[in-house]
Amino acid sequence: MLPELGNFALILAMSIALVQGVIPLVGAARGIPGWIAFARPAVWAQFLFLLISFGILTYAFIVNDFSVAYVANNSNSALPLGYRISAVWGGHEGSLLLWVMLMGAWSAAVGLFSKRLPPEMVARVLAVMGLVSAGFAAFVVFTSNPFDRYYPAPVEGRDLNPLLQDIGLILHPPMLYMGYVGFSVAFAFAIAALLGGKLDAAWARWSRPWTITAWMFLTLGIALGSWWAYYELGWGGWWFWDPVENASFLPWLTGTALMHSLAVSEKRSTFKSWTVLLAIFAFSLCLLGTFLVRSGVLTSVHAFASDPTRGVFVLMLLAIVVGVSLTIYAWRAPQVKSAGNFALLSRETFLLSNNVLLVVATATILLGTIYPLILDALNLGKISVGPPYFNAVFIPLMIPLIIALGIGPLSRWKQDEFSRLAKLLRGALLGSLVLGVLLPWLLFDSFEPMVILGTALSLWLVFTVFLDWLHRSRHKANLWKGLFGQPLSFYGMSLAHLGVAVTAIGITYSSYYSLEKDLRMAPGDELELGGYLFRFEGVQSNHGPNYTATEGVISVSRDGKQIDTLHTQKRIYTAQQMPMTEAGIDPGLFRDLYVALGEPLGDGGWAVRIYYKPFVRWIWLGGLFMAVGGILAASDRRYRLVAKRKAEGKLGAKFVAQES
Amino acid sequence: MRTKQRNRLILAIVIVAFVAVSAALALTALNKNINLFYSPTMIVNGEAPKDRMFRAGGMVSVGSVQRDPETLAVSFRLNDGANEVTVKYKGILPDLFREEQGIVVQGKLAPDGTIIASEVLAKHDENYMPPEVQEALDTAKKMGVTGAEKE
Repeated sequence: MLPELGNFALILAMSIALVQGVIPLVGAARGIPGWIAFARPAVWAQFLFLLISFGILTYAFIVNDFSVAYVANNSNSALPLGYRISAVWGGHEGSLLLWVMLMGAWSAAVGLFSKRLPPEMVARVLAVMGLVSAGFAAFVVFTSNPFDRYYPAPVEGRDLNPLLQDIGLILHPPMLYMGYVGFSVAFAFAIAALLGGKLDAAWARWSRPWTITAWMFLTLGIALGSWWAYYELGWGGWWFWDPVENASFLPWLTGTALMHSLAVSEKRSTFKSWTVLLAIFAFSLCLLGTFLVRSGVLTSVHAFASDPTRGVFVLMLLAIVVGVSLTIYAWRAPQVKSAGNFALLSRETFLLSNNVLLVVATATILLGTIYPLILDALNLGKISVGPPYFNAVFIPLMIPLIIALGIGPLSRWKQDEFSRLAKLLRGALLGSLVLGVLLPWLLFDSFEPMVILGTALSLWLVFTVFLDWLHRSRHKANLWKGLFGQPLSFYGMSLAHLGVAVTAIGITYSSYYSLEKDLRMAPGDELELGGYLFRFEGVQSNHGPNYTATEGVISVSRDGKQIDTLHTQKRIYTAQQMPMTEAGIDPGLFRDLYVALGEPLGDGGWAVRIYYKPFVRWIWLGGLFMAVGGILAASDRRYRLVAKRKAEGKLGAKFVAQES
Repeated sequence: MRTKQRNRLILAIVIVAFVAVSAALALTALNKNINLFYSPTMIVNGEAPKDRMFRAGGMVSVGSVQRDPETLAVSFRLNDGANEVTVKYKGILPDLFREEQGIVVQGKLAPDGTIIASEVLAKHDENYMPPEVQEALDTAKKMGVTGAEKE
């Protein structure tokens, strides 16, 4: 009975979302206050029913109700409770229900935190979100219903995919979805502003904290996914340029461009139509990502089912969203007047280069990701595009981006002088070049050109961030006030930019100085790698709640001193008889020691991977910096201040004068 | 307003030139890094390229897996129901590698017709069959009928 109620609540939510998408829109167009005011209560009701529906599915997992097909396919009574709860989004149907539920949550958040915005604007934003929500709820209800029943109910469930039985995977999908769905807010604001014909600085200012928050979640989601791949896939890679990874990286790149272009729209009232276009693209890429991952056109851990009707449905949603929003854009954008005027050397130009580079990066990755799919769909042969392509196109684009990133925040809006910037930055340039050569030499005793480049670029970022900090403090009464009295958004930006440097260092050093050895080891065999002595002690049996394991024990010592004993398992999950490798890692800020058990080779010998990975953790640490930077930037008080002062178009310009 | 227009023109030219160069470089890189897929039958017929990387897929033939006792070298045969190719690989095989499992390898063709694989891929799902492999099997099955008549 309960699952049927969950289904019913979902259908109700879908209907409410549809009404929420129509009535306030008409109300705002015709100026009917009652219809405009309808938006908020509709959002509350929609979110409430989605919560009920999601709660009921979760309950079915907790009590092992295998009469629900989705539960039977993705859970097992031997599965620990925590994983039973995360199994709710461990399969196709449930993960989409999570998507719709989060969409409701974002709508409710917009409803809650936009009390001071003009009511027509809020009505339009919530209506656009309602329409998107209704589309996805319909997707769940009509093609992917998680409440479908099995009759008779099986005694035992098929268990959750063992790869997903992990803390990284409990958190990764909700974070990623929060990001994906969050970009619908930026999208809704853009469409609402186009419809209302008020594409001004105030719009950009309202949109900014939402965009930054969505970006923050997406950053965390991607970093978690990469971290998970590193320790759970069992071979120590952290990014594979796999289409499903690209699917999340594409909206991230465009979202990053959007965040920066919104800054220009707000402060300088220019780039506005471009910003709107980026908002449309960012959300469309989120939908494209969902399509790629969920439709079964790609085969991976993420593609749970290859039911063609589902793919067609998402593709139609995507086509409608892109088609309708671009039509509105074509209809309304020509009326947008770009007010700003800027010189060739100005902060606008640096932010423009940021946008161009990020968009070109998005386009090249998109090309490599969907080109094989298009060829396949047209029956022109089966191809795959490997990591060398993506590295070849992506890395050269990041070099100018990082150079510009260092200068941008220190440059002036509107017009700057070359001599001023040169004077300001020459110390940082010299320092990063010298240390860029010295540091790899001191740390790794090497002169690798790409490593020198990576180090110099990262140091350049670090130096310019601190230079910017010092530079901004000189106008304050004293140094202390100058250093610690800046607005939160400045600290957020600086931290996020530092995060780029940290990630760049991690990528450079772990790619160039990792030592990897796959070899045959018998008990007692030893290997020296990166100054550490690895000794294979042998294997033992072990078991968990729903698996049995063969556990390899490897002790690690350095200079005769025991450091750690690593345990790596080869697990067989009982329900599906599926094998899984669990790596043994000794983590450290400056290096990870990574061992994984391969297959038995006879005579007590085992294939073993032993890796030494310097600075690998910095890759995700940088992501964390960026995410925390995003939180700081989004919670800057000026976003709340402006909300209080019935924002107007000209407000942005006044703030520029105050802040620069 | 002359400078405004001049600035815009300069910016536009720079951006267009940059995008054009990037597009050209991206397409070159794409061209160099495309890996085509070949079934065992196509490889036996000599359709696979001799000098560049490609992908091949099929079922691991029963009893074909041979390991070197001292190193990680391994060889096995891939079949599509009609024909077989030998694959040589050095390294650790994925968890789901086993006989009668559909897998995909990436590598180069050696003069003796074996594939020297640099990567062996088996996806994480017990029932999973790479779509390329499925198609190769289906094609071989269709061709197999006519092939049998010839013999």
